Amino acid sequence: MDARRESEPTMKNDTTVERKSERELVTTRTFNGPARIVFEAWTTPELFKRWWAPKSMGMSLRSCEMDVRVGGKYRLEFEHDAMAFFGTYLEVTPHSRLVWTNEEGGEGGPVTTVTFEEQGGKTLLVLHELYPSKEALDAAGTGAADAMVETFAQLDELLLTLGASVGRS
Amino acid sequence: MVQYARTGFDASFAALSDATRRGVLEQLGRADASITDLAEKFDMTLTGMKKHVDVLEQAGLVTTEKVGRVRTCKLGLRRLEEEASWIEKYRQRWCARFDELDKVVEELKRKEKIDGRKKRE
Repeated sequence: MDARRESEPTMKNDTTVERKSERELVTTRTFNGPARIVFEAWTTPELFKRWWAPKSMGMSLRSCEMDVRVGGKYRLEFEHDAMAFFGTYLEVTPHSRLVWTNEEGGEGGPVTTVTFEEQGGKTLLVLHELYPSKEALDAAGTGAADAMVETFAQLDELLLTLGASVGRS
Repeated sequence: MVQYARTGFDASFAALSDATRRGVLEQLGRADASITDLAEKFDMTLTGMKKHVDVLEQAGLVTTEKVGRVRTCKLGLRRLEEEASWIEKYRQRWCARFDELDKVVEELKRKEKIDGRKKRE
């Protein structure tokens, strides 16, 4: 076997998203590794932190707490004080299934189900987000959350500008 | 922000609460039509139909364009495009995360292999 080829990630797998119904978004992606490893990366804070907030999002996680068991809580905090994502694990089946709530947005938050299905050493991951209503999904889409991120980015810029002008005077 | 969104939804729901307006949307789904066409089809006065179209237009469900003396109505694609674009944004966000997750998975696989080798030795 060619060890070099094996150690280098092969071509990136496709990420697909489908609005399956008025209340559901389904995202799928295959990973070149067994389910137990992909599951580990979703349930170990130090690993989770490394991929959940990629650089292109323009933000990084300051802290990440996860009590991965039924009824356990998680809390992700971004570097901006006001940005936090939190909720409760509803189902935890090692290496195959995770279900959690997203409570930062109040009652409009979705319930997220992630399943890990191993096929020949690869893992098909299906991320399913079920919103309480069509309006809640639409609201998420029209960008309450994204707009918030942008707002903070703009605020950052503003603070930099203000800082710079104060420094000058 | 939430307020804006809600206003939009209220307008959409109000627009869709009327059978004639739902019929108009269905009709426009098949083909663009002028207000005159629609008024005839639904057996209404021009003024009556214009009011319905106004409501649909305000909700972003229909767009109209006046050419000469004819106002042509079509389904409000803007909203559909908006939806397509936010789903694409959502996809890109997950895509970026998953590309990073690939790296973590590769690293764990390598580590497992080394650990396995050590155990065998």
